[in-house]
Amino acid sequence: MTQSPNNSQPLDAPRPTIPLPRGPVPQAPPERERRSIEIKIDGESVAVAEGSTILDAAKKLGIDTPTLCFLESLSPVNVCRVCVVELEGARTLVPACSRKVEPNMSIRTDSERVRLSRRLVLEFLASSVDLSTAPAVHAYMDRYDAHPERFGSARATVAQPVIIDNELYVRDYSKCVLCYKCVEACGVDAQNTFAIAVAGRGFSAHIATEFDVPLPDSACVYCGNCIGVCPTGALMFKVEYDMRQAGTWNESRQTQTDTICPYCGVGCDLTVHQQEGQIVGVTSPVDHSVTHGNLCIKGRFGWQFVQIQPVDPDGK
Amino acid sequence: MILLWGSNARETHPIFFHHLLKGIRNGAELYVVDPRRTSSAQWANLWLGLDVGSDISLANAMGREIIVAGLANEKFIQNATSGFEAYKAHVEKYTLERAERETGVPAEAIRRMAHAYGSAPRSQICWTLGITEHHDAVDNVVALINLALLTGHVGRYGSGVNPLRGQNNVQGGGDMGAIPDRLTGFQHVENDQLRAKFEQAWGVKIQPKRGWHLSDMFEAMEHGDLTMLYVLGENPADSEADRHRALKRLGGLEFLVVQDLFYTSTAELADVVLPAAAGAFESEGTVTSSERRVQRVRRTVPPPAGVRDDLEIIFDLARRLGHDWGTPDPEAIWNELRPLSPMHGGMSYRRLEEMGGIQWPCYDESHPGEMFLHGRLWSEPLIGPRAPFSVVEFEPPVDQLDEQYPIRLTTGRRLDDYNTGVQTRKYASPLRRKEALDVSPEDGQFYKLREGEKVRVTSRRGSLVAPVRFDSALRPGLAFLSVHAHDQIATNELTIDAVDPKSGTSEFKATAIRIEKV
Amino acid sequence: MDLHFTDAQATAEERVAVDSEMGAPESSWQSGQRQDSDRRDNDGQSSERPIGDTRTAFAAFGGDAHGRRHRLLPVLHAIQNRIGWISPGALNYIGLRLDIAPAEVHGVASFYGMFSLQPRPPIVAHVCDDIACVTRGSDKLCADLEGKIGPAGSSCSGGRAIWLRSQCLGLCERAPAVLVTSAGEKSHERVSAPASADAVESLMDDAAQGRLPAEPDVLNVQISVPQSAQNRAGKESEFLPLRLLHRIGKGGAPTLETYQKLGGYRGLRKALDLGPEGTLGELAASKLLGRGGAAFPTAKKWEALFLQRDLLRHDPARAHCVICNADESEPGTFKDRILMEGDPFAILEGMTIAAFVTGARQGYIYLRGEYALAAERMQRAIQSANENGFLGDNILGSRLQFNIEIRRGAGAYICGEETALFNSIEGYRGEPRNKPPFPTQSGLFRQPTAVNNVETLVNVPGIILEGGSAYARLGTENSAGTRLFCLCGHVARPGVYEVAMGTALRQLIDLAGGVVGSGKLQAVLLGGAAGTFVGPQELDTLLTFEGTRAIGATLGSGVVMLFDDTVDLRQILLRIASFFRHETCGQCVPCRVGVVRQQEALQRLVIAKPLGSVTQEVAMLREMAQAMRDASICGLGQTAASALESAMQRWSLFA
Repeated sequence: MTQSPNNSQPLDAPRPTIPLPRGPVPQAPPERERRSIEIKIDGESVAVAEGSTILDAAKKLGIDTPTLCFLESLSPVNVCRVCVVELEGARTLVPACSRKVEPNMSIRTDSERVRLSRRLVLEFLASSVDLSTAPAVHAYMDRYDAHPERFGSARATVAQPVIIDNELYVRDYSKCVLCYKCVEACGVDAQNTFAIAVAGRGFSAHIATEFDVPLPDSACVYCGNCIGVCPTGALMFKVEYDMRQAGTWNESRQTQTDTICPYCGVGCDLTVHQQEGQIVGVTSPVDHSVTHGNLCIKGRFGWQFVQIQPVDPDGK
Repeated sequence: MILLWGSNARETHPIFFHHLLKGIRNGAELYVVDPRRTSSAQWANLWLGLDVGSDISLANAMGREIIVAGLANEKFIQNATSGFEAYKAHVEKYTLERAERETGVPAEAIRRMAHAYGSAPRSQICWTLGITEHHDAVDNVVALINLALLTGHVGRYGSGVNPLRGQNNVQGGGDMGAIPDRLTGFQHVENDQLRAKFEQAWGVKIQPKRGWHLSDMFEAMEHGDLTMLYVLGENPADSEADRHRALKRLGGLEFLVVQDLFYTSTAELADVVLPAAAGAFESEGTVTSSERRVQRVRRTVPPPAGVRDDLEIIFDLARRLGHDWGTPDPEAIWNELRPLSPMHGGMSYRRLEEMGGIQWPCYDESHPGEMFLHGRLWSEPLIGPRAPFSVVEFEPPVDQLDEQYPIRLTTGRRLDDYNTGVQTRKYASPLRRKEALDVSPEDGQFYKLREGEKVRVTSRRGSLVAPVRFDSALRPGLAFLSVHAHDQIATNELTIDAVDPKSGTSEFKATAIRIEKV
Repeated sequence: MDLHFTDAQATAEERVAVDSEMGAPESSWQSGQRQDSDRRDNDGQSSERPIGDTRTAFAAFGGDAHGRRHRLLPVLHAIQNRIGWISPGALNYIGLRLDIAPAEVHGVASFYGMFSLQPRPPIVAHVCDDIACVTRGSDKLCADLEGKIGPAGSSCSGGRAIWLRSQCLGLCERAPAVLVTSAGEKSHERVSAPASADAVESLMDDAAQGRLPAEPDVLNVQISVPQSAQNRAGKESEFLPLRLLHRIGKGGAPTLETYQKLGGYRGLRKALDLGPEGTLGELAASKLLGRGGAAFPTAKKWEALFLQRDLLRHDPARAHCVICNADESEPGTFKDRILMEGDPFAILEGMTIAAFVTGARQGYIYLRGEYALAAERMQRAIQSANENGFLGDNILGSRLQFNIEIRRGAGAYICGEETALFNSIEGYRGEPRNKPPFPTQSGLFRQPTAVNNVETLVNVPGIILEGGSAYARLGTENSAGTRLFCLCGHVARPGVYEVAMGTALRQLIDLAGGVVGSGKLQAVLLGGAAGTFVGPQELDTLLTFEGTRAIGATLGSGVVMLFDDTVDLRQILLRIASFFRHETCGQCVPCRVGVVRQQEALQRLVIAKPLGSVTQEVAMLREMAQAMRDASICGLGQTAASALESAMQRWSLFA
């Protein structure tokens, strides 16, 4: 060993005071007090803190509002419009997910106008997008009696080939409802990599890398946070995709267990999805204060070493 | 203001960096000190590309500038610290000009950083191995602590000195007493009173003297003082600096036991290999993260046939040695330590579950845990001892550059890999490229190299052949190798085991090399 | 930020184009080419600076981490104008220079119709086939071009040029219209209107051989502003004197000198005397309502910013902003273009008064990308105003500070929506934002912003000069002042007309010489594609906000487009539906899919192959219309069915 010179004052004497004495419990600076705002929803009064949305207030009353593009951890883009509600005095319906409550608002969540718009939105989506891996949307469609087939069979859709350009995840934009969530997760709301963006305009607007280059040529760092937020299965773990193709994917035989990522010291919570003793996917809870649902490539995909079976009974 | 020093957190701590980015989006300033213009540095308001190992000079000059500019927090210094006068006298000679000479960073940049750090209402310093993988690792750390004491950026919300821990439970290992001089909860083994508490609880005598740290052990192997080694979940054959020497030492052992998930390079040398379950996925227990948050790990899938949990192996080993500890129960073991380790006292499994982990210290079941440490330093009158300034002197890396070895090689991690790659090399990362020696485009031109061309890389200890890749994040004279792919490039053939005597860490970050065409 | 680029490299010419807009790179980190000042010599030796300052603060508006991002649209224009398309290499270089991820640059560039992301010949003839030009022979023009050159997209002039069909170009008074753009070291934009296939072909040939005339276009006042002849002759008429159009054409191309001679800048001087409160008082008394379509009280908008002036004083990061919305893109609308071409200083004066009242120091004119002559004249006017102390740091010696920058749109109708316009200026996709917050609270760069239409601003100097109550006496009780109308289609003298509010539709049509074509009026489209159809029986409607509202119509942007009885209205409706299908930004579901389903249903009705029955199709169209109106984010989706609905209400078109 090369013994190095070292000229600082010795610090390695036993410290009788370790562990250090208790001080006051540290506190975060107090949050600004938010006044309580009372509004009426479907005739019922509800009070929520200033800055809350109509969606928050509706949730408090136990009203189930359909959402697609909304996620707690992302900035609301309010583009799917399936959450629209009727605000008394407003010319148009308003999106519950982003509209902040104001005193004395009176809201209707199940009026004829609301039902019509929600139904049409669902019909528009289901008539243009493959929603076969979006069970939540099907439940909404039953609820609002949506019949997308009434637009005929010659209607325009976003059908296109599946993109498999890497070993970790698959992109099937036939299933994309353009909710912007993946772009937000890749961008300013979490990962800040900006490997994908909305490109084009109108009905041909789509999620793309620059010039649609394959992911391995793009800025993608495979954090998989886009998959974590995708509501329709347009973005899917390759493992899941392959199992679905092979007909072995079976959610009723899956369980989820939380553990902590084995890599760096940040302490990310991993929700491990297993089927028949095999890991089939990793997510993270949106409400976890460390991850907010986000992971990196190692946390999301670096578990495959667990699946490797010993090749020899000695364990070698 | 966030000062990221010797850390490429964008790639090594990606989810921590998300939080940091939120700060940047909210208007926080980021300063990055790193020899390479890393992906983290590209987010900075200012990047300071210092010479490898010149951190103390930079920190001392910052300290001097903060004092000269009147940005020192005199009240805090007076109330809560000791040794300020000695520190002030010591850093007086670290002028900006001297620091520019020693670090290569322009004086103006150092001045800007000092002022930004000193004048921001909240500043914090985060570091990683760029600070600690040096022969004067602990000195580097205290040089940064000095800055926090000087400005009072410690013990308050949003401030502090924050080592970003590199492994999911390196903090927990220390907490639990897996360091040579401490018992669980950082209680010093050489303190009779503390030791007596454990002896009483466990009904055994504990050696009253500290043990060896890793580098001590390897030296002891050299001298024949250590002849048997039981390695759990480490791969020193790949990870030790100066690999050639490390292998010789391991090979000289009389008996080597390796307990690991895989048949690692170290396992290949072993007399007995014990196949173990994967801690994070196949066993129950807790780990402690970089923010001192104790969290539960759980068995998510059963381990493969014939593979056993670490606890079971240790329990069986105890049984063979004549101690029947019964059936291993992680929660019972945890509850055994809670009364012994005050900082874990309030962490029942139930609370850990409910609260999504708890940050120590957590003294009792009504205590919420503490989001930051050292708040006591702001109490008046001060609770506990004063926080000491330390006097540290700049000293260049041990492995010096000369005509023969003109290039500075530094090492680090890449985003998609981890340490010696035992776990990460098992998944198909689309980011993974064939490992290569990264050099600056200018050096590529100077040595008349093509990208991908193989070169011989030689240090004073060893030599290897590697393809080159040009990386404009590097300046001429600076090269980079990752530590992940020892099957392709055994980086530690080159590195030096100049060890920091206080921490036992080798100077992985600074190797002198030369590059030759083959 | 950490950026990752593909291997595609910009050519030297592409770099020059970007650098001409951005200046030379400050460091190698922005240029991709290393220079000595950006790196370090050998380790251990003192040497050159290794500092890379990666995030230059955008001081003027503060806070935005993407400090250079707002330069994106001008830089994309620079590449498009120089090269004729935006290559992967150019895109990478833009990302590097502006610190924007390439996927984001691509997302923005692909949003705009004027940018090509595929190789394309440098010369492009954009041939309007929209509803106004259709009434004036654009079908024949396109057929002729198909005959001579081949279908749209075919090249000519030795492969150096192609022709494409286009949306309304805002040249409706000279329909059918063609815009020829020519990329190169010196780029050109030339208009041919009314156009013939021969004229278009020879224009393309001239462009290919570098023989284009110097001026982008000429404003022929006699044609575009038919009232100007009477105006010049000093003839009395019930519609005179003109307040908004009176300077246009007087004294040739507009200069600051002529402008002042014709009364210009007296309004501003008076405002400076009155002070902000006094000015605001006059404006409130005038009852001026915005002329862009939404008819919001201008005084109220400015007052909202005025009331935030204290915050402005105490927070250096705050900066109020005034924007002139000159992205006139509503099919059939061309009044703002003519104001810009003919009286640019009046717009600057209006904006400067706005700045004085609102406390804004920076103004933007968001100018439609296709309007070359207007852009040139506005640019020249800004320069002249700057040089003569009418803009800059000490306006008229009053210490008023105000600067104006022109931002050109790039072929996106939606960017006329004010919040989409903000995103466009900021360098994002021109997608509307949800309101609230309203622009007066959080607009451009999230700062309080007043957005006003060109015509609104041109009204302002006169109001201040003559007093608000004098102005309020013009027009009707609820619709004060005069109003510009764009007459086009089957009308004898198409052009922009100024009449007092409250003039009957019939009078206005008579003023323009009556109906041509077959001479028998079938329908009038008021307000453009987002407007409403009215029938011959409704010609006595008074042109006021309340008068049109009473018959379920709208004044909108002032379009009055006439269709004679030979026109197949179903085809016009289909063209409008196609327009919306082309122009929806695609952000929200009801609009993105709704306009497609609407166009599909209309197509089926036109070819008489309804799904189920006509009744079912019509019911479905009505349902879709309601959902689009109720659930869309912005006015585009909310009005995308309005023309169709108004037509279905008045005529049974599909029986």
